[in-house]
Amino acid sequence: MTAEEQLRLRERLAKLKRLSLLGGTRLSSDLERLEQQLERMDAEVTDEEIWRSVELARHADRPYTLDYVERLLEDFVELHGDRGRADDQALVTGMGRFRGRTVMLIGHQKGRDLKERTQRNFGMAYPEGYRKAMRVMELAGRHGFPLFTLVDTPGAYPGVSAEQHGQGGAIARSQAVMARLGVPVVSCIIGEGGSGGAIAIAVADRVLMQENAIYSVISPEGCAAILWRDAGEARKAAAAFKPDALHSLELGVIDGIVPEPPGGAHADHDEAARLLGEALELALSEVEGTPPDVLRRERRAKFRRMGIYA
Amino acid sequence: MAESRIDVSIERKDEPQPAEGKRHPNTCPSCGSHYRDEELSSALRVCRQCGHHFPMPARERIAHLADPGTFEEEAADVRSADPLEFFDLRPYRERLAEAELQTGLGEAIVIGRARLDRHPCELSVMDFSFLGGSMGSAVGEKLVRACESAAERRVPLISVTASGGARMQEGILSLMQLPKTVCAVEELHEAGGVLISVMAHPTTAGVLASFASLGDVILAEPHALLSFTGPRVVQQTTREKLPDDFGLAESNYRFGHVDAILPRTELRPYLSRLLRLFSREHRDG
Repeated sequence: MTAEEQLRLRERLAKLKRLSLLGGTRLSSDLERLEQQLERMDAEVTDEEIWRSVELARHADRPYTLDYVERLLEDFVELHGDRGRADDQALVTGMGRFRGRTVMLIGHQKGRDLKERTQRNFGMAYPEGYRKAMRVMELAGRHGFPLFTLVDTPGAYPGVSAEQHGQGGAIARSQAVMARLGVPVVSCIIGEGGSGGAIAIAVADRVLMQENAIYSVISPEGCAAILWRDAGEARKAAAAFKPDALHSLELGVIDGIVPEPPGGAHADHDEAARLLGEALELALSEVEGTPPDVLRRERRAKFRRMGIYA
Repeated sequence: MAESRIDVSIERKDEPQPAEGKRHPNTCPSCGSHYRDEELSSALRVCRQCGHHFPMPARERIAHLADPGTFEEEAADVRSADPLEFFDLRPYRERLAEAELQTGLGEAIVIGRARLDRHPCELSVMDFSFLGGSMGSAVGEKLVRACESAAERRVPLISVTASGGARMQEGILSLMQLPKTVCAVEELHEAGGVLISVMAHPTTAGVLASFASLGDVILAEPHALLSFTGPRVVQQTTREKLPDDFGLAESNYRFGHVDAILPRTELRPYLSRLLRLFSREHRDG
């Protein structure tokens, strides 16, 4: 790591501590855990730890969007349909009350059993899903409601009709709508942050990641199939492109890491939801009350800075 | 299965490969006609026999579109770094060095100011032969600078894309080039600027899912593959029978995703007409 990168990392860590996105009654122990994380980061995250994140992010018992909605939002009303063609159930949209204020919510939704998985298309949205998301973003903007997005998808659906209905364009326009929004937007990667399907709803003022979530440009299997010419080399691919939360933080892609209960979010849904709720509240409170123009400008400036080049 | 899917790739996914890998780059893949390089270059790399569009190097594209002597390159010094110290079967740095050597380009995109039929404009042209035209931090940065230069000078931006998508070797930073370029186009639009997006073969994945799809006008070259996911992956993932024109420009036109399909020989006059229509003199009457 170059001196400059070290410095950048230090700055980010300092910022993270100041944000203390860890909130709640167990603050001190959480901070302690974070310190341990940071120490580990200095020692470099191991390939095994990266792969463990991949497994935990995909864990069959991991809480999904609606598990969090149930625990964090009151009076939730789900909104259905893109007003054009369909209601894509891989993406849930709606409105509810979060700690005293009305918020809009957009989140990918995976299924628990085979029937629901099929119905939710494994959390892989069609363009119709992203059009529904855009409609809800615009609704949030119109009424001044803050927007939460929860990202959990292997990727946008790769199918014939998805292409015919404009998957690429829908993902591009969804990001463009987010770049225009004048209301606070907080996103959290709660499982798999898979590529275009993820970023389509993650152009936010604050982007968080749960401790064991992953965020990546391609699936480890996909990357392995192309670069190693063998999908079986997924572990090597993951180790090489580093989709874990700590690396995302280090690279300046996310603003904070949300802790999970010991063992992972699947081990205790209530505690995972409590920790996520604290983090969302803190992140939202940082940007709430900012004038729309300033929000927009700063959100764009933040993404303008992303990338490392020579 | 969901796990085995690929939605961003730098591979060529659709080229019919008759004699596997043996075809000379100047032999037409659809009719077998063979050309000398100067011959092909002077014909805008379009097959005289069957009209097949060969890939067009960025420098040739610029030479064709810009009025002679008007192109001034910008941000030529922006190069890729290797933030992840990425190593697959070969180190990323080695792949970059090789691409530079083979193409004579510093990156998969060239940007700069130009005039087209005397209309001042900004040009941004991608080159598929540089690591599959993949978009990493440097490509994203240069596209953003092209947007900024166009906005600042109040001239239209003409973007020509040819890309397999995001550059895997830069991991999540490549994915961040999607919102980065989208935000830049938003800024350009808010400043009253114009983006004309020309999609050449192939414009897929991360590039299709970001700035390329945000053109005020979107044009495509005949038979260009314009799909978020390539046909091979769709086939593998869904086992669906693919239509013959899956993802091609013609299919995109039919489904309403592009404004026009233009043979390369007709592109320049078409762009000229658009630039005239968007020009301030015309707007103010």
